[in-house]
Amino acid sequence: MAEIWTSYLWPLIIMVAQSLLLMVILLVAIAYVLYADRKIWAAVQIRRGPNVVGPWGLFQSFADLLKFVLKEPVIPAGANKGVFLLAPFVTCVLSLAAWAVIPVHPGWVIADINVGILYIFAISSLSVYGIIMGGWASNSKYPFLAALRSAAQMVSYEVSIGFVIITVLLCVGSLNLSAIVEAQNGPYGVFNWYWLPLLPMFVIFFVSALAETNRPPFDLVEAESELVAGFMVEYGSTPYMMFMLGEYVAIATMCAMGTILFLGGWLPPAPFAPFTWVPGVIWFTLKCLFMFFLFAMAKAIVPRYRYDQLMRLGWKVFLPISLAMVVIVAGVLQFAGWAPK
Amino acid sequence: MSELLQHYLPLAVFIAVALGLSAALLIAPFIVAYKQPDPEKLSAYECGFNAFDDARMKFDVRFYLVAILFIIFDLEVAFLFPWAVAFGKLGLFGFWSMMVFLAVLTIGFIYEWKKGALEWD
Amino acid sequence: MIPALFFYLFAGICIASALMVIASRNPVHSVLYLILAFVNAAGLFLLLGAEFLAMILVVVYVGAVAVLFLFVVMMLDVDFAELREGFLQYLPVGALVGVIFLAEILLVVGAATIGGGGPRVVVAPIPTDVSNTEAIGLVLYTKYLYFFQAAGVILLVAMIGAIVLTLRHRTGVKRQNIAEQVARTPETAIEVRKVKSGQGLEV
Repeated sequence: MAEIWTSYLWPLIIMVAQSLLLMVILLVAIAYVLYADRKIWAAVQIRRGPNVVGPWGLFQSFADLLKFVLKEPVIPAGANKGVFLLAPFVTCVLSLAAWAVIPVHPGWVIADINVGILYIFAISSLSVYGIIMGGWASNSKYPFLAALRSAAQMVSYEVSIGFVIITVLLCVGSLNLSAIVEAQNGPYGVFNWYWLPLLPMFVIFFVSALAETNRPPFDLVEAESELVAGFMVEYGSTPYMMFMLGEYVAIATMCAMGTILFLGGWLPPAPFAPFTWVPGVIWFTLKCLFMFFLFAMAKAIVPRYRYDQLMRLGWKVFLPISLAMVVIVAGVLQFAGWAPK
Repeated sequence: MSELLQHYLPLAVFIAVALGLSAALLIAPFIVAYKQPDPEKLSAYECGFNAFDDARMKFDVRFYLVAILFIIFDLEVAFLFPWAVAFGKLGLFGFWSMMVFLAVLTIGFIYEWKKGALEWD
Repeated sequence: MIPALFFYLFAGICIASALMVIASRNPVHSVLYLILAFVNAAGLFLLLGAEFLAMILVVVYVGAVAVLFLFVVMMLDVDFAELREGFLQYLPVGALVGVIFLAEILLVVGAATIGGGGPRVVVAPIPTDVSNTEAIGLVLYTKYLYFFQAAGVILLVAMIGAIVLTLRHRTGVKRQNIAEQVARTPETAIEVRKVKSGQGLEV
């Protein structure tokens, strides 16, 4: 009996506790990221943004949560009920699941798997399902058009994200996310991170991440001025909130991925005294917030793309450039003898 | 329990926690919120009129083409992953082997471009 | 104990959802069950230690192939009630194929258990010092070069085939030529004319 306790139950309890801890921190962080997003957007447009609930509107997101839970859940009569409710569920679970493999500090990761980056790539390739299912199940015109658009859009940009990941992997030689961060450790601190040698790929990654998470200027899926709210038209109450939550968690995942691949994860920007005193998790958070700030600014200042331009950018600009960069990076590593052994 | 599975068990636990949380969120309003459905509320959204027919319709074959091209490029990326990981140990032969593979697919890409399959109109 | 538990979980869901693929009345539900079956198959790969294959199964089959399936089924506007009418008619043929398949599996498994050898010999030892992604990378591009290049050629054929079969150019559509737009200068785009008052301007 004692053996079962020590070898199965206790480790299981620890795992559940760790998972819950990460989940709670993540969700609270998302609540404030959402608030920050609205505040930044407001500041660019010279408005105040949310400022009523709590001091400076700090509790706005929690008030929104309560409001959503108390709203009447409406399932349209013509909808396919099971799939209709499954869609937000899938979106939410998938986007949360990606965080299990993200290392925020040396050794601080729920599941330190060998194929971490591939896992995130797989999870993000599944996020299109929530939108297609939601759009189809609603049995309404706007959601259907959104589902159509989103499927083609997300799929187009995933290819270039794949090539971007490949170029980083060429420099690292491992799929493990902690190994990717460690490979960027070097005597020059911030200049050792991959954003500098792989700058074009960092830009492509950032723009593709915007498109992949349906953020403005690529929010053709929601496009409130043409599709009202796209695939979310028929949703209300918590199903709607879960779409939004999934979207913001996916954005946070993309920020974390950008941080790990290009901004050196938890590494301090300079490898000497005052910087190394700060714990890695703080650096990681700061870098993620910096990435998110870029996301928010892009939303605030860039006008929406037209659909044909969007497809052109994905297939005719990013795909050839990223493919060429894979070849160039591989060639340089091979012939300069810098390839990781 | 092997080392590999030890890495994946926390992942399974985390996903289970995420499932539980999402399920709780999804079910919550059905338990606590006010409900009073009526036919107008439950009808599909339209700009002020009743929907004429079923919303699901035929659409341009181009969307299928994009999906098929995506599958092909996704496979290409899938082939690149092990190559990138083993890159340092593969040597020159492995390098050129992949270059030939990419060259073959680039021919396809150029064909696609010239044919106008990437145009969106 | 835990791997066994997960094995029965994945295998059970996999078989159940495979059954639902053919049993469910709505084809979209069929595809969704198919996706569930794929995910569980990936779980089974994971239990075997093939983590790379498991992830690639999810990326390629669930993330790409099933999206296309879902696309076709959801949006092709086929009258599915009509399709289902012929369902029973194909039952004998389907059953025959199923029985043959089952018999073959039984033969293979039977030979393995009775003869004590059979398919088990083919299983190569899993290298322990390198991750299995790297293990694949080390042989795929050098030792199995021809298969690898053949895969490349097949992808090329698929790409060309898809374009030949589906590409239709619409006529009478205004297309944007970005290079042309960017190359415009004030000299080519505008013209300044003096207009005398009271007289029009011929364009």
